Amino acid sequence: MDSENSACGNPNPNPTLGPSKLMLAFRFLRALSLVHRTTPASSRTCRGRRIERAAYASMAYSAGTGRGWSRAVLRRLHHRARRRAVAPRRLSTTAGNRAEALRQLVPGGAGMDYCTLLEETADYIKCLSMQVELMQGIVDSSSSYGP
Amino acid sequence: MSYPHAFTPRGLALRRFKPKVLSTSYIALPPSLPHHFEAGRKMSSRRSRISEEEISELVSKLQSLLPEARRRGSGRASAAKLLKETCNYIRKLNREVDDLSNRLSALMATMDSDSAEADIIRSLLRS
Repeated sequence: MDSENSACGNPNPNPTLGPSKLMLAFRFLRALSLVHRTTPASSRTCRGRRIERAAYASMAYSAGTGRGWSRAVLRRLHHRARRRAVAPRRLSTTAGNRAEALRQLVPGGAGMDYCTLLEETADYIKCLSMQVELMQGIVDSSSSYGP
Repeated sequence: MSYPHAFTPRGLALRRFKPKVLSTSYIALPPSLPHHFEAGRKMSSRRSRISEEEISELVSKLQSLLPEARRRGSGRASAAKLLKETCNYIRKLNREVDDLSNRLSALMATMDSDSAEADIIRSLLRS
């Protein structure tokens, strides 16, 4: 979806500290207003899916390209936009791989070794919980001020 | 063994193991017990100790991120249980994103563009 692409700015300048909450909020709200402007009011479920994609996209852009999971999320989004076939997995479940359920949950987890998977999971959980807090804050503030 | 990262430094270290050395029972052990490893394989035991320390450090970092902070005596549950809890937590977060985006979509249906931007500015000021 080009709406998520146009909502991106520069990559995160502080990759080690993780995305700042303000940057995350700024990106997400910009994407949200774009979705609001460009989606017709009738297609409610379509708008819900676009909001969810905007959430993951803004999260991945804020995290920057220094993380494997954010690269995988952006790859998946761009592939969907261009309607290409999904690339086959490079690493099937061989003898040395563990934590298959976790690999399926973390984006890009299929091609990582165990240590990298644990690091990426920690970062992913941090960013995902920040994103959920942000969205919860928006819903709370708009429902307290709404009609 | 056919790890794709076989030629990175970490991959070369990992290739010296048999898979069962990295089993979950080892992760729960304290990392500084050299006599658990064979005396003749000192190089690989040093490397395995380093990456097992890494693994246990990463696992405890994950444990601190999970919402149920368990203050047990050892402070460290088994790795398999932690992984399961991590999977459940990620699934829960995905469900929450899904639910919140539906609610946001419903909210946006009721607003027009002016109040949407005012609301955006309000929540930015609050955070």
